[in-house]
Amino acid sequence: MRRRDGWEALSFRLTMWGLAAVAFLLLIMPSVVVIVVSFTSGFSLKFPPPGYSFRWYVALLDAWQLQFAAMNSLKVALWTTGLSVLLGVPAALAIARSPTARAKALDSLFMSPLILPALSFGLAALMFFSLIGLPVSPLTLVAGHVIVCVPFILRTTIASIAQLEFSLLESSASLGATRLYTFRRITLPLIRPGILAGAFIAFMSSFDNVPVSLFLRDARTDMLPIRMWQDLEGRLDVSIAAVSGVLIVITLSLMMLMERLAGLSRRLR
Amino acid sequence: MMIGYELKLATPLAAFFVLFFVAPLLILLYVSLQADPGMTRMTAAQFGRFLLDPFSLGVLLRTLFLGVQVTLLCLLLGFPLAWCYLRGPAWLQPVLILVVLLPLLTSVVVRTFAWIVILGRQGIVNAALMSLGLIDTPLRLLYTEGGVVVALAQVQMPLMVLPLITALSRINRSLDDASAALGAGAWRGFWRVTVPLSLPGIIAGCMLTYAAAITAFITQSLVGGGQMLFMPMYIYQQATALQNWPFAAAISIIFLAAVLAVISVFKALGRLSQARANA
Repeated sequence: MRRRDGWEALSFRLTMWGLAAVAFLLLIMPSVVVIVVSFTSGFSLKFPPPGYSFRWYVALLDAWQLQFAAMNSLKVALWTTGLSVLLGVPAALAIARSPTARAKALDSLFMSPLILPALSFGLAALMFFSLIGLPVSPLTLVAGHVIVCVPFILRTTIASIAQLEFSLLESSASLGATRLYTFRRITLPLIRPGILAGAFIAFMSSFDNVPVSLFLRDARTDMLPIRMWQDLEGRLDVSIAAVSGVLIVITLSLMMLMERLAGLSRRLR
Repeated sequence: MMIGYELKLATPLAAFFVLFFVAPLLILLYVSLQADPGMTRMTAAQFGRFLLDPFSLGVLLRTLFLGVQVTLLCLLLGFPLAWCYLRGPAWLQPVLILVVLLPLLTSVVVRTFAWIVILGRQGIVNAALMSLGLIDTPLRLLYTEGGVVVALAQVQMPLMVLPLITALSRINRSLDDASAALGAGAWRGFWRVTVPLSLPGIIAGCMLTYAAAITAFITQSLVGGGQMLFMPMYIYQQATALQNWPFAAAISIIFLAAVLAVISVFKALGRLSQARANA
């Protein structure tokens, strides 16, 4: 009996840890492979590379098309994040603690872009702008990005408002502080990490957006992920590996910074 | 005393959503009901054209089935990962969370590009199999449905693991001990205690993974290649290359409706499991 228990416990642990190890490898392997291949000295994406060099990173210095696209993506992501924070934080304050049906309905509406196919929304937005006679521009692009990025800010901000200690706000009010003062000095500092984490995710997802940008950018506004996607559709270019290497390193650094500043991993659950 | 904030603070965002989200979706519905690209006549013919066409229906079914495969693979691998995150040693936790979060925040094009490198003819899988002498000529892994499923599983895995970690961390550890003390083996305890109690997390994770997998345009088109058509690419082709807006709008509406139907099934299951977990 005891022996069977031992075997059963062992087989259970082996299965769980074995599958987790496969998942771990599956998650980490792509990033590692891209970084390794980006240092290849050859002209193909062969793995393992025939030799190592910095040539593809050096080549990026002259890749003005990619640089131009990266600048566009950065600008759009910054505008999108700023506007999303300005619109999203007040909305989060309004619906976070409201038990009313209307607040619940607004919450579902604001969250729906996370679930609905973004490509369908991109097409809908293109049809909308062309029917009302507004040509696509960086402005329409930012409007579309805000719709798909604002849910991230709402989610993390609402979660941090939910953790606020009511008594703190009450005592501030009972000590005669105005609501604005209480907001500035107590509420805002306490929910700031939530806002920051949400803004970070919104920024990353705007920078990375393809389905909305595909329809709402004009010919002059080349975006980095679209440029990379089109390059990959055409030919397998090693300089894309170098761009990917740069993006992975930037993402990783920003992630560590945000973990310090905002406790990112706790806010994503 | 007022501590909460008035609902009117949500007005700017609500107005923004009505203008740039609700209105476009209504326009999409309107365009889908047009008889021709010139938009001269209203009709439901576009929907009939899709629903009676075996090719179009095939694309829809293949897309929905792709989501099922990706979700199951994510669950099979993601659940043990979440379990090990909570049961593993303390030093492992930051490592695991980093490994889970990195793909979530890395550009989808970058992640997909990695799979092209891994699955390609000169890629890591073929190189490993050939050096082991298991195969003589490189296998075709890229541009296959299996390749798309594995690549999508990696791309969407964080969406499964994060809700699972939340759900598993809410389970009282002493329930495990109780189940063991009462004589249930590890497997029995897992299926009878852990899995039922984490059901809300499983359903939330499956919903997010499924919705993301069937709409993952970039990964589907780059790893799947030109021969394998899924709904997002179908919409894109009809809208841009063929400029057939009414039909593209109708496909979009059908796709939206299919996604909403699947989501509402998940939501209903979620409510049931929540009620059971609380009971």
